[in-house]
Amino acid sequence: MLTPVTRVAAADQAAPATARLPRRRGVELALLVVAVLLSVYGYCAVGLAKYGTVPPGAAGYGAGLGGLALLAHCAVRLRAPYADPLPLPIGVLLNGLGLVLIYRLDLETPGESAAPAQLVWSTLGVALFTLVVLVLRDHRWLQRYCYLWGAAALALLTLPILFPAINGARIWMRLGGLSIQPGEFAKVLLAVFFAAYLADHRNALAYTGRQVWRLQLPTGRVLGPVVAIWLLSVGVLVLERDLGTSLLFFGLFVVMLYVATGRTGWIAVGLLLAAAGAVAVGWLEPHVHSRVQEWLHPFASVEAGRGPGQVAQSLFSFAAGGVLGTGLGLGHSILVGFAAKSDFILATAGEELGLAGLSAVFLLYALLVERGFRAGLVLRDPFGRLLAVGLAAIVALQVFVIAGGVTGLIPLTGMAMPFLAQGGSSVVTNWTIVALLIRVSHVARRQYDGRPAP
Amino acid sequence: MTRYVRRAAAFCVLLLVALLVNTARLQVLQAPSYGGNPANRRLAIARYERPRGEILVGGRPVTGSRDTGEQLRYERTYSEGPLYAPVTGFASQRYGTTFLEHAEDAVLSGTDPMLASFPLLAAAGRSRRAGGDVVTTIDPAAQRAAFAALGPRKGAVAAVEPATGRILALVSTPSYDPAELSGNGPAVAAAWARLTSDPDQPLLNRAVRQTYPPGSTFKVVTAAAALESGVVTDLDARTDSPDPYRLPGSTTRLVNEGGGCRDASLRHAFTWSCNTVFAKLGVDVGATVMKETAERFGFNELGLRIPFWVARSTFDPTEDRAQLALSSIGQFNTRATPLQMAMVAAAVAGGGQVPAPYLVERITRPGGAVVATAGSRPLRQVMSPATAARLRELMYDVVAEGTGRNAAIPGAVVGGKTGTAQHGVGNSGTPYAWFISWAQGERDVVPRVAVAVVVEDASARRGDISGGGTAAPVARAVMEAVLRTPPAR
Repeated sequence: MLTPVTRVAAADQAAPATARLPRRRGVELALLVVAVLLSVYGYCAVGLAKYGTVPPGAAGYGAGLGGLALLAHCAVRLRAPYADPLPLPIGVLLNGLGLVLIYRLDLETPGESAAPAQLVWSTLGVALFTLVVLVLRDHRWLQRYCYLWGAAALALLTLPILFPAINGARIWMRLGGLSIQPGEFAKVLLAVFFAAYLADHRNALAYTGRQVWRLQLPTGRVLGPVVAIWLLSVGVLVLERDLGTSLLFFGLFVVMLYVATGRTGWIAVGLLLAAAGAVAVGWLEPHVHSRVQEWLHPFASVEAGRGPGQVAQSLFSFAAGGVLGTGLGLGHSILVGFAAKSDFILATAGEELGLAGLSAVFLLYALLVERGFRAGLVLRDPFGRLLAVGLAAIVALQVFVIAGGVTGLIPLTGMAMPFLAQGGSSVVTNWTIVALLIRVSHVARRQYDGRPAP
Repeated sequence: MTRYVRRAAAFCVLLLVALLVNTARLQVLQAPSYGGNPANRRLAIARYERPRGEILVGGRPVTGSRDTGEQLRYERTYSEGPLYAPVTGFASQRYGTTFLEHAEDAVLSGTDPMLASFPLLAAAGRSRRAGGDVVTTIDPAAQRAAFAALGPRKGAVAAVEPATGRILALVSTPSYDPAELSGNGPAVAAAWARLTSDPDQPLLNRAVRQTYPPGSTFKVVTAAAALESGVVTDLDARTDSPDPYRLPGSTTRLVNEGGGCRDASLRHAFTWSCNTVFAKLGVDVGATVMKETAERFGFNELGLRIPFWVARSTFDPTEDRAQLALSSIGQFNTRATPLQMAMVAAAVAGGGQVPAPYLVERITRPGGAVVATAGSRPLRQVMSPATAARLRELMYDVVAEGTGRNAAIPGAVVGGKTGTAQHGVGNSGTPYAWFISWAQGERDVVPRVAVAVVVEDASARRGDISGGGTAAPVARAVMEAVLRTPPAR
């Protein structure tokens, strides 16, 4: 968005100081059409590859996704006309691609189809998106209820402890036929809480406290509540054995603290805590220990004659994709087995779309993150800035943790690939993140009047 | 704050770069090694995702493919499994491939770049083509005749066309149905366990992978050596050979089954299979010349492929002349596959020349377009045409009036040699009945077929076993079947 900025800045010489950025809703609509068409094309490609015909639901699928996109677009047009035109199409494209990949894997598992449920969740997600865009007139309203969000996040994190563990992790709530992962919603609430709290106390955090060598350490009074919340959330997560989310919260906390205070001391403290936590957890939790072993030696089980493990199967999948991929519907990523549609969804993308397609997906995420940071840079209120950065960091960290895990870059920790992976709570949460980004970007661009942000 | 936001963004860029670099490493650099990892099931999936090419006998496929709808999709089927098992072998999803299924696997499974219209492009790409077809040289009539004639007995038959080296029949009994081993279910495992533990070894291809002492059939080689080296110049001249013959340097006396062997002419000795005469001839010719001659016939040759490998036949006499005497009558450490003995008969029938035997006539694309043919094989000069002509005369006499009368076919010129090979400690095993022969039909210019038959029949009474009685009728059935069909070209 540099070009329009400079153009406006140049035009500023002649035009009145009230000049505003173009709204760019037409661009958004065009990109949405592209996103929907790409998704429908993918859906058709799967059917053509598997059965030689366009799948019967293609029109309905296209209409459904298009309808959702249009609904979201109308809400943005109505209530956030200055919003960044990119986040919504990126969300639609990733969500559409996720549905295609899940539908494609459904064909390999005739007993259990996940795509219809995912479509329902996507609808719910877009509905929530629309609601947030329509109702939340100003994001600063969130700042007022700072501690409410913190408490809500904790409550959501604690709830699943009351429910039985599924696959070794207590992160699900089973209500009727639905299984909900409340930790997903807690992410956004926690980001809001951190942003609000840090916006209020950033000066105290940055400029008080004692100096140890070249590090500025904060005082206990300001640090207390934040560390308490963070410790509680991490503790709860370790109890629930959901280490991916734990890692995400920790990273989010460090990034937001750094952006709020600019103190490298925070990073030092954070890294120290992280190292201590990692060693302790790796020591105490056999579950985590085995994950680390599988990361270090993905083929140990093959050499031991027990066949490839999940990480090895995932690596095989990516390798089978090569540069251009096998094409949608033509890979064998179902060999990953359990969690192929959720945590390991990227293996399917890697095998069938290849390095080219995977890079495109990563760049889409990167673009979404970049739009978040961009809004953070342009906004003038500290809460808005921190919120935008926090939301962007959630996406960035989540993508890195799970994508790094399934490609063997870091130890695998269970987590959902934003928008792509099967999982209702995750999709709804991600749509909320996009909705908040739309809101803050609307404010950022509307208020922008040609002068550089402070 | 702006500066810190920018630094946080830079950190995210770092994460993105790490992801992209790692993915590129995985999908480009590591792809070949992960793709070739035996634990990666994609190899097997790709291999069985389309029907395998067919193996054709007499213009008709004897193989097929069955769509199981499972992950390893296509399974091999065989229309006459036990009959053609020594030719096709099996193609099992669990136990691999053998024989033609193994030797021509690249063609049958479609990986051979030769099958593509543009081989160089295909080698660069990674798409699999439909499997090609393998057309064999087998004559279905000869194969059936041999299989039926052996019946329930244990044995093997190899038949070749002397002029070309085409293998017309390759039979081994008892046989098995390779279809039983095709899939990967529990039934396949059970069949595998049963076949591998069977004392009769049905999976053993006796025609090419089992060597037997050739016994008296080896006298063809000894006679050739004697004639070529000039030890014998006249077929009807008396040889200076005692009966019984005391093996040189030992007290063992060699005797004959029949009489009239003392100082017998080569013709008489060959017709009535005199051990004493040929043992002495072998000693007179000498180890070096005997070995040279045998090697020209194909003995001691390592790495013969037709295109699957053939067990090595051996003739390796030591300096000990007693052992040379025994080796020269196909005993001691002389061993031969039935295919090797068929090549001995073919060398005689072909006028002293014999091409390397082969089983695959041509390879075609699924549509039938020929991509490779056997072409003409290099001929091997085994002996002079004159010697071959005289050996033909000797072999003709065996069938006309000697031990091989059971192989005679009315209206055809047939030559043969019987053999009854002792084996086991102190010759305690039931002897192997051998017969090697060739046949030329009335209107044929050259002999059309050379056959070797071995029968290892543990159930028959020891005294009843003889090459002429047990093996010759099998050879006759095969030769008749070949002569009955009109020449292919």
